[in-house]
Amino acid sequence: MTHPSAIESQSTVAGLLAEFAGPDELIAAADAVRQDGYVNTDAFCPFPIEGLARILGKKKSPLPWMVFAGGVTGGVSIYGLAWWVSAIAYPLNIGGRPLHSWPSFIPPTFEGTVLVASLAAFLSVFLLSGLPRLSHPVFEVERFKRASTDAFFLWIAADDAKFDNAATKSRLEAIGAVEIWEVSSDE
Amino acid sequence: MTSPSEPSDLVPADATYESVTADISNVVLERPVRRGWVFGLLIGLLLLNVLLVSIGWLFLMGVGTWGINVPVGWGLAIVNFVWWIGIGHAGTLISAILLLFHQKWRTSINRFAEAMTLFAVACAGLFPLLHLGRPKFFYWLVPYPATTDVWPQFRSPLVWDFFAVSTYATVSALFWYLGLVPDLATMRDRAKQRWKAQTFGVFAFGWRNSATHWEHYQKAYLLLAAIATPLVVSVHTTVSWDFSTAIVPAWHSTVFPPYFVGGAIFAGFAMVLVISIPLRQFYNLKHLVTAKHLDNMAKVMLAAGLSVSYGYLMDSWGAWYKNEPYDSYIYTNRFSGPDAAYYWALVVCNCVIPQLLWFPSVRRHPLTLFGIALVINVGMWLERLIIISLSLTRDYLPSTWSTYTPTFWDWSLYAGTFGLFVTLMFLFLRILPAISMAEMRDLVHEQHEDQRSEGRRAEGRQSSDDTQQESAS
Repeated sequence: MTHPSAIESQSTVAGLLAEFAGPDELIAAADAVRQDGYVNTDAFCPFPIEGLARILGKKKSPLPWMVFAGGVTGGVSIYGLAWWVSAIAYPLNIGGRPLHSWPSFIPPTFEGTVLVASLAAFLSVFLLSGLPRLSHPVFEVERFKRASTDAFFLWIAADDAKFDNAATKSRLEAIGAVEIWEVSSDE
Repeated sequence: MTSPSEPSDLVPADATYESVTADISNVVLERPVRRGWVFGLLIGLLLLNVLLVSIGWLFLMGVGTWGINVPVGWGLAIVNFVWWIGIGHAGTLISAILLLFHQKWRTSINRFAEAMTLFAVACAGLFPLLHLGRPKFFYWLVPYPATTDVWPQFRSPLVWDFFAVSTYATVSALFWYLGLVPDLATMRDRAKQRWKAQTFGVFAFGWRNSATHWEHYQKAYLLLAAIATPLVVSVHTTVSWDFSTAIVPAWHSTVFPPYFVGGAIFAGFAMVLVISIPLRQFYNLKHLVTAKHLDNMAKVMLAAGLSVSYGYLMDSWGAWYKNEPYDSYIYTNRFSGPDAAYYWALVVCNCVIPQLLWFPSVRRHPLTLFGIALVINVGMWLERLIIISLSLTRDYLPSTWSTYTPTFWDWSLYAGTFGLFVTLMFLFLRILPAISMAEMRDLVHEQHEDQRSEGRRAEGRQSSDDTQQESAS
């Protein structure tokens, strides 16, 4: 069963959105479209499904490296600052104790590492996910609201090399789509 | 034997994705504003005004309006700072450490425990700023190129503390918000009024529940947990260094960091119980925050209480063993001096009464548990008072020995921070989902999987029985 989208029918097709009955059906379908060679795909589910992005053939998230880079940046900066302030910019000679008193720089260094690593982790999620992006063609489908409660969707974008409206639609039906929407692009 | 992550205890057997989502989101979206909530918020706002008046009076009069004087320079303001920041430890502990240890029961309590952390840290953060004497110069703690060419002293625990507390506040807020984003998207999709959907949508950054979003999200969430775990331990350690690096008798002790952290977990879990017991009662969430959750939190509290008691024991043993007259005198004074009543009240609150938690019936009885949690919070406050202010009344110079009596404005400021805490907590409960819906759906999903694999096993047994019967016949 297919619906024309809410938007004018003459606007271009952005892709096909197919609903599946449950998490296992979605995983099977994701695997099937990946086998078919679709690349520009996505899946939507109300809770994280382990490995779903990999099944769709997405690259491993580079996020851990960004967090690591953030941590190193934070730690090195604070240690450097503490050293520069204490030994160069504002040296205080207290009973001839060493100016580069590294053990006392460790607590701020630790905190700086944690702070910048956490900021990197937080910002990277949205940077890598292409957010904030408040509007997206899939939001035009009323049923898509259930993706955040109990509905499971697969998306194949129209700009995928293998995309062919009719053929893709029948393929989605063949692999068990409960319902398919033709989604128009918002331009 | 039941494992701690036995799913049947954590979500009801008939729970569905829709039912857990509706139960949590309806508190915000559907439930009409009740008189009880308005009453609670009014109390919060009333006390919040007490806070504002107290701060105003302090700005007008200076810190001399408090009961502090040489030798007791650190009075109730610092006691309350340490107490609030200790309470603020449970949230991130529950979110981060229990996540890393795969303790599934954290799921239904982590959100509001994290919120509690943020609000407690906000209350805590006020005190050192107000205690500065000239709060308008608080930014001097930040290492920035000032025209005076003066820089903060990086060897001072007070500067470490500034870094530790501000990092903790920021990281806790990020962790909390990241966990909220998928739930804000759920709220956006379920809101009936357009303005609500738009507001939630903007704060959800347009989250689409996409597989790639989840992939990055899960990586980040796990990494944040791994990063926040040592952070939780470091914060109260750094706070304790404010004392233990000083040479004040009874402060200069290496036992401080671990026993401050133990006390923080103790007080924090007690506060989570003080909040969760009424919450599950009034918002009908007993099937999501179950007796199992209360039981587990009580066990953590018991363990933390024992570590704190051990800390008290080692603290006084160390003072006796050192054989340093002023140090050991502090303890003589604690046990039998003019303020001995506080010390023995502390022992009763923190060491004796929590022993009731050995009994499973006590751990699963909400009202008793609520009472014990309140007692522990009082006990932890007394601990901070005894360690901080009462130790200062007996320093190395007997001629300066004195007593410490907080003034009205000390108390009103403390009461006022409850206003801030209560107001924020009540607003949070009505504006945001108090339990993580995405994680609850994940639990339901796991429960479905478990049921299915059990079903398969049962079928397997059945068929093997059949084959055995066949071969027997």
